[in-house]
Amino acid sequence: MTPDLVYHVTGAGLIGVALWRLSTCRDMLRRIMALNVLAVGIAMLLLATGHDAVAAITDPVPQAFVLTGIVVLVAVTAALLALAEQLEDKADE
Amino acid sequence: MSETSLLVSLPLVAALFAALAPKAAAMTGLIVTLGNAAMAGLLAHRVGTTGAASEALGGWTAPLGIEFTADGLAALMLVMTALVGLGVSVQVAGTYPREPCAAHQRAAFWPLWLATLGAMNALFLSADLFNLYVTFEILGLAAVGLTALSGTRTALRAAFDYLSAGLAGSLLLLLGVALAYAAVGRVDLEIVPALAASAEGRIALGLIFAGLAVKAALFPLHFWMPPAHSSAAPAASALLSALVVKAAIYVALRLSIEGGAGAEMLRAALAFAGTGAMLWGAWHALRTDRLKLLVAHSTVAQVGLIALAVGLSGDATDSTLWQAAALLMLSHALAKAAMFLAVGRIAEELGHDRISGLNRQDLRPGAAEFAFAIAAISIIGLPPTAGFVGKWVLLDGLIDRGAWHWIALVLFGTVLSAAYLSRVVSRCLRGGPHVAPGARRVAWRAGDVAALGLATAALALGLASALPLTLLEATPT
Amino acid sequence: MTELLPLAILMTSLGIAPVILALPDHRSRLRTSLNLTAAGVKLALVAWLALEVAGGADFGLSLEIAPGLSLALKTDALSVLFLVLSSTLWLLTTIYAVGYLEDGTDRSRFFGFFSLCVASTVGIAMAGNLFTFVVFFELLTLATWPLVVHRGSAEAHRAGRIYLIYTLGGGLALTLSAVWLYALAGEVPFLPRGVLGDLPETHPLAVTAIFVLLIAGVGVKAALVPLHGWLPISMVAPAPVSALLHAVAVVKSGAFGIMRIVYDVYGVETVQALGLALPLAALAGVTILYGSFRALTQDDLKKRLAYSTVSQVSYITLGVALVSPLAAVGGLAHLIHQGIMKITLFLAAGNFAEAHGVKTVSAMDGMGRLMPGAALAFTIGALGMIGVPPLAGFVSKWYLGAGGLDAGQPAVIALLAGSSLLNAAYFLPILYRAWFRDPPEGAAAKRRIGWMLTLPPAITAGLVIAAGLLANAPFSPLGWTRFIVSLEYL
Repeated sequence: MTPDLVYHVTGAGLIGVALWRLSTCRDMLRRIMALNVLAVGIAMLLLATGHDAVAAITDPVPQAFVLTGIVVLVAVTAALLALAEQLEDKADE
Repeated sequence: MSETSLLVSLPLVAALFAALAPKAAAMTGLIVTLGNAAMAGLLAHRVGTTGAASEALGGWTAPLGIEFTADGLAALMLVMTALVGLGVSVQVAGTYPREPCAAHQRAAFWPLWLATLGAMNALFLSADLFNLYVTFEILGLAAVGLTALSGTRTALRAAFDYLSAGLAGSLLLLLGVALAYAAVGRVDLEIVPALAASAEGRIALGLIFAGLAVKAALFPLHFWMPPAHSSAAPAASALLSALVVKAAIYVALRLSIEGGAGAEMLRAALAFAGTGAMLWGAWHALRTDRLKLLVAHSTVAQVGLIALAVGLSGDATDSTLWQAAALLMLSHALAKAAMFLAVGRIAEELGHDRISGLNRQDLRPGAAEFAFAIAAISIIGLPPTAGFVGKWVLLDGLIDRGAWHWIALVLFGTVLSAAYLSRVVSRCLRGGPHVAPGARRVAWRAGDVAALGLATAALALGLASALPLTLLEATPT
Repeated sequence: MTELLPLAILMTSLGIAPVILALPDHRSRLRTSLNLTAAGVKLALVAWLALEVAGGADFGLSLEIAPGLSLALKTDALSVLFLVLSSTLWLLTTIYAVGYLEDGTDRSRFFGFFSLCVASTVGIAMAGNLFTFVVFFELLTLATWPLVVHRGSAEAHRAGRIYLIYTLGGGLALTLSAVWLYALAGEVPFLPRGVLGDLPETHPLAVTAIFVLLIAGVGVKAALVPLHGWLPISMVAPAPVSALLHAVAVVKSGAFGIMRIVYDVYGVETVQALGLALPLAALAGVTILYGSFRALTQDDLKKRLAYSTVSQVSYITLGVALVSPLAAVGGLAHLIHQGIMKITLFLAAGNFAEAHGVKTVSAMDGMGRLMPGAALAFTIGALGMIGVPPLAGFVSKWYLGAGGLDAGQPAVIALLAGSSLLNAAYFLPILYRAWFRDPPEGAAAKRRIGWMLTLPPAITAGLVIAAGLLANAPFSPLGWTRFIVSLEYL
C-alpha cells in the first residue's frame, strides 16, 4: 500500500462520513464539525492528487486550491458559529 | 481600468466603505448601484457592437490569475443584476428610514448588498472554474448575511441551514474543480468537452454539478431554499430569489454551452433535476397558506423550469435554444424581485401574509397587488411578457426536435404556475372583511414604485426581446 | 401620418386603461369624461379608417421582438368589420355602465379593465399575424377575468375560476398550435386565401392536427360545444360585462379567430381539401341546436340569453365552414347583426333587473306596461334573433340558407328552420309575458332608470332595424361583408 493510496482512501472516507453526518444531523455544532471534516477530507484528496510519487515532484496548483479552501473554511466557520451563538441567545430569551 | 474590472472592484470597495461608515452607507449604496447600472449598460452596449472581450488582471492568467471575459451572456446577466439591484435599492432607500427599529438592518443591508453585487459581477465575468468557486464563496457569505438581516429566529435558523448547505456545495465544487485540474491540467471553461471524455473527468463534472445543484436548489437538494427566502426581509428575499440562485444556473448554462456535445450528460441531469424541482415547488406552492412561502416555492419551481430549459437546450454549437433559457432567467429575475417587493408591501399593510386573509373590504387592493398580478403574468409566461417569448422560443425548438414529452411537461408546468399564482390574485379580488388589527393603508411609497417598475419592466421586456436575444449572439471568437 | 392610424386606434383604449386604473375611485367625473372621450375618439378614428380602407388603403405596422417573430398590426376589410362593431358598442356600453354602476365600488378597476378588454378586441381585429393574434387573445382572457369576478362574491369567484380554466386551457392549445405552425412555416401573416403554400401536401397530418388545436383554442371563446361551459356561468358578472364582453367581444373574438384561421391562414380551399370544412360545419350545427335546446329550459333571463348566444354565434362559424360565398356573407354579416341584437337584449334585461329586480323569465309579467321603452327594445332584439323580416337577423339567415343550397347542403335549411322555431319557442313566451300579462300587484320601480341606461338599448334597437331595412346600402354590414367575401372567393 503506497502512501498516496492511504491519503486517497482516508480522504474519501472522511468525505463520506462527513456527508452522512450532514444529511442526518440537525444539531448546529455537529453540522459545523461535519463541514470541517468534509473540508479536511477534500484537502487530503487534493494534496494527494498533486503529488507525483514516481517523479517525486509536487504540483503547487492544488496546494494553492487547498490554501484558498482553508481561508474560505475559516471565514464560513466563523460565520456559522456566530449564527449559532445568536440562535442560542434567541432561544434563551 | 476598464468597465470589467471596475464592475467587480467598485462594489467590493464600496461594500467595505459602507461597512466602515454606516452613516454614509445608504448614499454610497445608491450611488454605486446607479454607477454599476450605467457601467453594465455601457459594457452591454460595447459587447453588442464590438463583440466579446477578455481581460487578464495584472497580466496573470489561469489557473492562478484572474481573467475576466465579457460575452453576450455575461453582459446580459450583468444588466439583469444591475436592474434588479436598482429596483431593490430604491425600495430600501425609500422604506427603511421611516422605521427606526430597523436602523441596524438598514446599516447592514448596504455592505451586504454591495458585496453581493461585486461577487455576482465577478462570477458572471469569470472565465475559469477556480475563480467561479471563489466568487461563489464571497456571494454565499454575503447572501447569508442578507438572509439573516431580519434577525428573527426563523431567519437565523434558515441562514444557518443555507450557509451550511452552501458550504457543502462549495466544497463539492472545489473537489470537482481540483479533480478537473488533475484530469486535464487546466481549469478554464474550455476543458469541459475533454472532461466528459475521461472517467476521472466525468467524476469531476458530476461533483461540480452536485455543488451547483445545491446552490441552485434543484431537486432533491432544494430543502434549504424555501425557509431562507421566505423568512428574510422583503428586499433581501427579492435579491436572493431573483439574483443569487441565478448564479448557479448561470454556471450550469455556461458549462452546457462550453461543453457542446460533450456536456450531454450534464444536460440530462439538469433536465431531470429541473423537472423534479418544478413539480415539487409547484405542489408546495399550491398547498401553502403563507404568501411568502408560496413565492419562495414558486422560485424553486421556476428555477426548475429554467434548469429544464438549459437541460433541453442541447448542443449550443448547433442550436440557439439556450437563448430561451437565458431569456427566462432574465424575465424571472425581474418578475420575482417585483413579486417579493410587492409581497413585502402587502404584508406590511395587512400585518400578516396569509393568503386566506388577503381579501378585505376596507382596504382595497392597491399598487402592490397590481404589481404582484403583473409579475404573476410574467412568471406564468402569458403574453406579452418576456416569459412568454422565452417559452415560445423554447417550444419552437422542442417542436423542431419532436420532443413531445418535454413539451407536455413545459405546458404542465405553465398550468401549475397559473394555478398557484391565481390563488393569490383571485383572493385579492374577493370581498369580505378579513383585516388584521394592525392593518392600515400606507401611502404610496418607494416600495410600490420599485415593485411596479420591475413588474412593468418584465412586461415590457417581452416587446423588446429582440434586444437581449441579439446581445446573446455576441460570443467569444 | 395616416400609417399610424392602427396604432392610434389601439392606444385610445390601451393607453387610457392604466390611467383609469390608477385613478382613485371617487373621481368619477374625471374618469367618465376620460373614458367617454377615448371611446368617442376611437369611434371617429375607426370611421376614418373605414373610409380609407374602402378607398383601397392598406395599413401595416410591425415590430420585431425576436428573430422570425414580430408583433404586426394591419387593417383589412375584415378588421374594419370587427373594429366598427367593438368601437361602436364600447361607446354605448360605457355610457350604460356609467349609469349602471353609479353607486358601485371599485369603479376605477372596472372601467380600467373594461378599456383593456376593448383594447384587446381591437388588437385581435388588427392583428397582422398569428403571433400578434395570440398575444391579444390571451390579453383578452386576462382583462376579462377581473370583470367576471367583479362582484367579489363566492359565486362570482367560482364562475371566475371556471372561466379561467376554460380560457387559459384554450389559450394553451392556441399557443401550442401557433408555435407548431411557426416551427413548420416560419412567420404566419394573415393573407386572403391562406399562407401555408405546399405544407398541406408535405405535412398533411401535422397541418390537420394544428387546425384542430387552433380551432379548439379559439373555439373556447367562440363557445363551440363542448367548450361552451364558461359562458352561462359567467353571467354572474354585472350586466354591461355580460352585454359587451360575453355577448359581443369575447365570443366574437373567438368567431373572428375562426374566420382568420379558415380564410387567412389556411384558405377555404385548403380547409376543404383537408376534409375539415364539413366537420367544422357539423360542429357549428350541433352547437346551434344544442344552445337553443338548453335556452328553452332556463328560467334565469341572462342564462337564457347566454345559451342563445352559444347558439347564435355558431351561425358565424357555420357561414365560414360552408365554403360558399353566399354563406360567408351571411356568417360575416351575422358577426355584426348578432352583436347589436344581443347587446340590445342584454342592456334591456339589465334595465329590468335594475328597475324592478326582474331576473327570471317567470317574473317578466307586465314588464311591457311597466317599462315600455326597454320592453320594446327587448322585443325588437328578440324578433331579430328569431329572424323576422325585415330585422337584421333575417338578412343573415337568408344568406346562410341560400349559401347552404349553394354549397349543396340542403340540410342547412332544415337546421335554420329548426333553430328559428326554437328561437321563437324560447323568446316568444318572454314577449308574451311582458306584453299580455298583468304586472304583479303593487309593482313599483325600486330605482329610477336614467337616460344613461335607456338611451344605449334604444340606439342599438334602432341599429337592428336599420341593418335589416338598409341591408343593401353600401356601408351597411351586409354591403361591407360582400366586399370582404369578394376578396376571399375571387
